[in-house]
Amino acid sequence: MAAPLVSLDDVTVQFRTDRGWTTAVDGISFDIAERDCVGVVGESGSGKSVTALSLLRLHARGTSRFPRGQVRFGGQDLLTAPERDLRRIRGRDIAMVFQDPMSSLNPVLTVCDQISETLRLHQGLDRATARRRAIELLDLVRIPDAARRVDDYPHRLSGGMRQRVMIAIAIACRPRLLIADEPTTALDVTIQAQILELLRELRTELGMAVMLISHDLGVIAEFADRVIVMYAGRVVEDAPVDALFRSPRHPYTEGLMASMPALEGGITRLYAIPGRIPDPDEAIAGCRFGPRCRHAEAICRVAVPELLAIEGRHRVRCAPRTRATGGL
Amino acid sequence: MLRLITIKLLQAAPVILVVSILAFLLMSLLPGDPAVVIAGDQASPEAIAAVRHSLGLDRPFLERLGIWLLRLAQGEFGSSLMLNQSVLSAMGERLPVTLSLAGLSLAITLPVGILIGSIAAYYRQTWVDSLVMTVALVGVSIPGFWIAILAVILFSVVLGWFPSSGYVPFAQDPVLWLRSLVLPASMLSLFQIGFLARMTRSAMLDVLSQDFIRTARSKGLSEWVTVGKHGFRNALVLVITAMGILVSTALGGSVVIEQVFALPGVGRLVVQGIMARDYPLVQGVMLIYGFAFVAINLAVDVLYTLADPRVRYD
Ligand SMILES: Nc1ncnc2c1ncn2[C@@H]1O[C@H](COP(=O)(O)OP(=O)(O)OP(=O)(O)O)[C@@H](O)[C@H]1O
Ligand SMILES: [Mg+2]
Repeated sequence: MAAPLVSLDDVTVQFRTDRGWTTAVDGISFDIAERDCVGVVGESGSGKSVTALSLLRLHARGTSRFPRGQVRFGGQDLLTAPERDLRRIRGRDIAMVFQDPMSSLNPVLTVCDQISETLRLHQGLDRATARRRAIELLDLVRIPDAARRVDDYPHRLSGGMRQRVMIAIAIACRPRLLIADEPTTALDVTIQAQILELLRELRTELGMAVMLISHDLGVIAEFADRVIVMYAGRVVEDAPVDALFRSPRHPYTEGLMASMPALEGGITRLYAIPGRIPDPDEAIAGCRFGPRCRHAEAICRVAVPELLAIEGRHRVRCAPRTRATGGL
Repeated sequence: MLRLITIKLLQAAPVILVVSILAFLLMSLLPGDPAVVIAGDQASPEAIAAVRHSLGLDRPFLERLGIWLLRLAQGEFGSSLMLNQSVLSAMGERLPVTLSLAGLSLAITLPVGILIGSIAAYYRQTWVDSLVMTVALVGVSIPGFWIAILAVILFSVVLGWFPSSGYVPFAQDPVLWLRSLVLPASMLSLFQIGFLARMTRSAMLDVLSQDFIRTARSKGLSEWVTVGKHGFRNALVLVITAMGILVSTALGGSVVIEQVFALPGVGRLVVQGIMARDYPLVQGVMLIYGFAFVAINLAVDVLYTLADPRVRYD
């Protein structure tokens, strides 16, 4: 197998708080292959965004640090690369679409400004060419009447349109990896479907890898090739999408699936995982999911489980579930 | 835009009326009888009555107000008693000095205040921030006249770099004009810079924590472009709001500074007028400054809509 496009290895992110440094994300490891679509799921607060931001090192500076780990991309570690090198990668090789299109666009710059900025920076286009290209990009993300819309300010666009503009900005330089952090959460349902459809089309058209973050397993099931399930700052399960939905191995993943509304077949009672996700600096002995787990055993409260492969590319962080195989 | 200006002008009209009435009331509410002051301590009651009659002070209150407004409407701002000159021409002679002073002071204040405010915001909660903000606090807290006098002693008396007083018109010699104004303008700027730096800092702090700043970084833009373009363009909207206050305080502060540096400007004229109890003069200058503030605020409103595309009157 070819070397992955991006490889996260033991990525750990800490934030400074009143009580010292807390670990928001703890030892994340997974690869993203060229043209692959990796879905990341987990409850709110599980560390999905923090993980995504570490690919571009976009955390607030001064109040965040990376005590361990690497993000390998193009022979470099993005967690330690000089700011200058990182700037060449941001927006050109790896681009990002954020959750809230209302606040992610600059309110006082036109759509044209905000799209051409990237083109002029990374591709050295002149103003007129960048503008033409911006219109093409708006066409590409299916914004009607692009030639006119290009001069609008963000507040004149609807939420869905703004997210399309965000996507246009992100794909402007044909990145090799697009990170989409809950790109549809802030939109209403019909628009959500359209945006996902657009992302799917662009992905094949442009041949880029996508890291799609969502707390909606349904979205992930439809979209991703591979799924990373996160819980309390850790990866708890990592599997090809079929394997995961066919036979989820981690009790947390099972819980997530049980709490998913069934797509077909009558009304089912929605299941909710009892309890809540622990705060990053909450002390929990053993497995961090243990206190909420229906299948917890004695060992779960003692030993911190490892993320172990159980078959092929299916990895699980659960002591009882990996005992049989002992890890492969 | 034209529509906006029209609306704003219509809104300004009642303000102008109120300012006019207040200036009129000033005359009526001041302690002492203006007629006595003007006629002098030793004047006979008949002489005082004559002055009172010539000033129209013996007529009913509302009638006086009506006459006052009517004359204002005709551009008649009254005449100074001590100068034997109309208020307008007295001001016209001194306005260039005050405008030069205030203009130069703003030319110093705007870049410096915005720059250091932005730097403090960017390096928030570091020693850079603390240093800048402490200096800014000192700037707004120190009495202007005191620091101005110290500056005269240091730069004019001890070092001899600048003249300690006097004014050279621009038309006569631009270099000497600048030299005569640098020190007073800088002193006038101290308060303003402190104020503007604090405004800019809080505006920038607000803006720099917004999502679109992260978007800008995610595009690969340099910190300079991120902060200077994406950040500042947004903070500008807030800073412009402060502009009205800046210009107003520059005009207000010039009264003290002109006094310290013996600059023959409007501020000095007003002080002389107050000392001499030249009521019509003080009243006239007050009125014109009042109108100027209304005009400044109008200009700020227009600038504001230019800077923020979300504000549109259509
Ligand atoms: N700048 C920060 N300073 C301190 N703690 C932070 C910071 N950013 C994130 N965290 C903490 O890190 C943890 C993970 O947050 P993250 O935003 O990654 O969650 P998420 O999985 O993206 O959730 P959501 O679905 O709500 O977006 C949370 O507990 C959060 O409080
Ligand atoms: Mg998030």
